[in-house]
Amino acid sequence: MKIRNVLRIALVAIRRNAVRSGLTMLGVIIGVASVIAMIALGSGARAAIDDQIQQQGTNVIYVSAGSFGRGPGMARGGAGSTTTLTLEDAQAIARDVPTIARVSPMARGRAQVVAGNQNWNTSVEGGNEDYIVIRNWPLASGADFTARDVLVAEKVALLGPTVAKTLFPDSDPVGQIIRVRNLPFRVVGVLTSKGQNQWGQDQDDIIIAPYTTVQKKLLGITFIQQIVLSATSSDAVEPAAVEITKLMRQRHKIQDPNDDDFTVRTVAEMAATRTEMANTMTMLLMSVASVSLLVGGIGIMNIMLVSVTERTREIGLRMAVGARTRDILRQFLAEAVSLSIVGGAVGVLLGMSVSRLLTTGLGWPTVITPTSIIVAFAFAGAVGVFFGFYPARKAAELDPIEALRYE
Amino acid sequence: MVDLKKSYVVGDVTVHALRGVNLDLARGTFLAVVGASGSGKSTFMNITGLLDRPTAGRYLLEGEDVSGFDRDLRAQLRNRKIGFVFQNFNLLPRTTALENVELPMLYSPDAPSAADRHAKAQRLLDIVGLGPRAHHTPSQLSGGQQQRVAIARALVNDPEILLADEPTGNLDTRTSIEIMEVLQRLNREKGITIILITHEHDIAEYAHREVTFRDGRVVSDRLVQSRRDAAQERAALPEEEAVT
Repeated sequence: MKIRNVLRIALVAIRRNAVRSGLTMLGVIIGVASVIAMIALGSGARAAIDDQIQQQGTNVIYVSAGSFGRGPGMARGGAGSTTTLTLEDAQAIARDVPTIARVSPMARGRAQVVAGNQNWNTSVEGGNEDYIVIRNWPLASGADFTARDVLVAEKVALLGPTVAKTLFPDSDPVGQIIRVRNLPFRVVGVLTSKGQNQWGQDQDDIIIAPYTTVQKKLLGITFIQQIVLSATSSDAVEPAAVEITKLMRQRHKIQDPNDDDFTVRTVAEMAATRTEMANTMTMLLMSVASVSLLVGGIGIMNIMLVSVTERTREIGLRMAVGARTRDILRQFLAEAVSLSIVGGAVGVLLGMSVSRLLTTGLGWPTVITPTSIIVAFAFAGAVGVFFGFYPARKAAELDPIEALRYE
Repeated sequence: MVDLKKSYVVGDVTVHALRGVNLDLARGTFLAVVGASGSGKSTFMNITGLLDRPTAGRYLLEGEDVSGFDRDLRAQLRNRKIGFVFQNFNLLPRTTALENVELPMLYSPDAPSAADRHAKAQRLLDIVGLGPRAHHTPSQLSGGQQQRVAIARALVNDPEILLADEPTGNLDTRTSIEIMEVLQRLNREKGITIILITHEHDIAEYAHREVTFRDGRVVSDRLVQSRRDAAQERAALPEEEAVT
């Protein structure tokens, strides 16, 4: 029998039981739609991470105080908890590692800030004049503080957009005075918005001031919590990180890597970790979605078995007038595959609308890739073949005499 | 057919449905097969119609021994050489008469184009007098009309043999006569061999030759002496509301 005729018969049979076919397809539709939506969500998350790397600057290396020790029986405070990281370390790295372009020490604390009658608790980060350059964070207005400001621990500040909006709802903050822990600071600039980070934290809720000011006037400490560096190129990041680690161990007289009192991380490395997490999440969601596709397949098998029983006489007749085993097999297989393919097509459309809804409604980034559509579609087809085969074979192996006599 | 035997094993019991049947059928014969139920006439028909295989013996169709043919070979042979007419018509429901008639052509190795199929099916419906009802579905047709569609379907691939299994079993007398008229006409005008299975002796009298089965054997094989002519009988019937 010609393929065209096989398909035509299959479609006629499907149309004949429109409601039943529709309900059968629903399983596949939901399965495919969820697979599509989950892949879109995963791709969206990855794209957002890539975006963030671009925002942070791909060349950035962080050296943090403290370490996540892995040795047995060691009590470790984790990054940022020790006081052994110093300004001298930063200067040594700048001097001895040639692939490093810029270096900024960083000291951080939380503080209450007041302007007029507005009150706000925010994070204060202290860096040098290169800090916002390294972090690839341009200013929306005003100007960065200068090397001289850093040198003399001038009370000047850059405001993140959230802080600026909260403290100065209706006026330009540049040139105004704010009080940080009761000390007057002059606002010299406002940063551009970075939005939320991966974990939903507002990156714009921040004040950046010279690290000297933060150390001496706000926190009263001499150590620093982090050194932020940028390499000369993205290729130089990894070798630079290795060299920094070596230099730091030398300076801190550390023999065993387990005793490190610092942590060197690169943005690429952090991004890789996050991408991996996003992938794991996607895989998890995908497997749940695949289960529903599987259930849809079982639905198809079920209805095809019913259909074979109902149409036993028809099968007998077709055999009597010359249908061979493979003709019957093909006919029922075509029916099952048509159900799953049509279901797959509707599912793709539904999945795309759901993804769009997730983006517009919940603000989750989604990306629909052609690959995901092809994969989901092919998967639906495979489900049809797999679950359609058993009923089709059952139909094809009927005895024509018995089938014709079937009531 | 030479010494045809067929036995079934049902549980522990072996049932001998045919115990050695020898029958030679000339082309163009109108044969009636009669017998009570359980006489083996259905088994005989299934084997003749290539739906089943004999346990022993040979079945020569046009000189070719087809008793050893496998499922698919028999399917193709049925498609080309045998047309079936059943007691319960066996038309596909919710499918037009025209499409029902086209069905066997779909399974031909060299299936004709859709246009050719329509043309041929329409011509056959015209022959059985159902041309104007080509686009009706079985539920919109009377029993006699459905059986005519089934006859048209049986003829669509120009078979050598038309196997009619109790074709009038579900029909009233008048309609039965009409169906027999169609079969007689096809036999006379087109020279198609017809094997008519029935348990009614008066229906058997429309044939040339009558074979009686009992307990899996042929117990009588005779020519029909006073053959009935369905066309004349129908003309003699009082006028009723036309069925066609």
